[in-house]
Amino acid sequence: MARQSDEAFFWMLFSAGGVIAAILIPVHLFLFGLAFPLGWLPAPDYERLMSLVHMPLVRVYLFVFCSLPLFHWAHRFRYTLYDGLKVKHLNEVIFALCYGGAVAGTVLAAYLTWTIA
Amino acid sequence: MADKIILEVARYSPEQDTKPCFATYEVPVHKEWVVLDALNYIKDKVDGSLTYRWSCRMGICGSCGMMVNGEPKLTCATFLSSYAHNGNKIRVEPLRYFPVVRDLVTELSDFLVKLKKVKPWLIRKDTVPLSQGEFLQTPEQLDYYKQFSMCINCTLCYSACPVVGLDPKFVGPAAIALAQRYNLDSRDQGAVERIAVLAHPEGIWGCTFVGECTKVCPKHVDPAGAIQQYKLNAVLDWLTSFLMPRGHNSQDVKP
Repeated sequence: MARQSDEAFFWMLFSAGGVIAAILIPVHLFLFGLAFPLGWLPAPDYERLMSLVHMPLVRVYLFVFCSLPLFHWAHRFRYTLYDGLKVKHLNEVIFALCYGGAVAGTVLAAYLTWTIA
Repeated sequence: MADKIILEVARYSPEQDTKPCFATYEVPVHKEWVVLDALNYIKDKVDGSLTYRWSCRMGICGSCGMMVNGEPKLTCATFLSSYAHNGNKIRVEPLRYFPVVRDLVTELSDFLVKLKKVKPWLIRKDTVPLSQGEFLQTPEQLDYYKQFSMCINCTLCYSACPVVGLDPKFVGPAAIALAQRYNLDSRDQGAVERIAVLAHPEGIWGCTFVGECTKVCPKHVDPAGAIQQYKLNAVLDWLTSFLMPRGHNSQDVKP
């Protein structure tokens, strides 16, 4: 069983990821999935978007945007496995797989957002 | 509305039965009758051995909680007429996740131990003589915790909570909400003493925010809200202790 401080730390990441997943992801989905392709709003061209992505603040934003929802997923999925499949006795494996997956995704997000040309 | 309704009541006598079974009773339906009235009718007119708890008949004492058609309910506040559409059948069982003593009576010792663990009373660091008068409180300070003080310990929230069913060690919704009621009280100074039990994997961190506790509460307390509120406080407390190991004041969240 995770310690109290671990639980506080992972819940903090879960909570922050939840805010992004609930507020920012729908905005992006609306803009890039509906409003721009359907012409409801004028779409920015590729060069304009790339110049935005090259700004350090936007890189940090994209990194956080990708990373924190992964921790939200990890926490939610961990408890879904515990309670849904009743496999709490496999706590260590589930813990490692869920948060390990989120860490792996975070490293990949860091690499991609920092190296994008 | 039908004249009669069928009650399927769980019966269990530890001296005779290895597991609970159901007995069926036909009960007259009166517009103003609640499920508890039907049980009282059975006990008075049909079978005096039927055993269940009740006292006030007005949603104050919290002792007549039972599963009514699979939902945790106060039977004194659940009208027979609400079930007239259900083939005129009502299934009454003891509250889920509690050991059964007899028929519809559950064993509450475990809940009472959990309740005591969170110290749901005013704790003061100082002892002020009576001559100095009362601890005054503004209406705003009262509003801050009043909602959580409405809990009547009926334990419906425990029967509604799937986490209680999966992990019997989970402190549970009512106990955490009551702890938060005292944490939020301007007269209380005991938050530090409660944090070890509350900010624990078997305390607030065990809650997965299903929210059923709040849904079934007959007094409109919001235990799920209390737990989420406390999670945020615990995280801020943990962050403060991590960043400023010296001199942080645990869980001081009062207005």
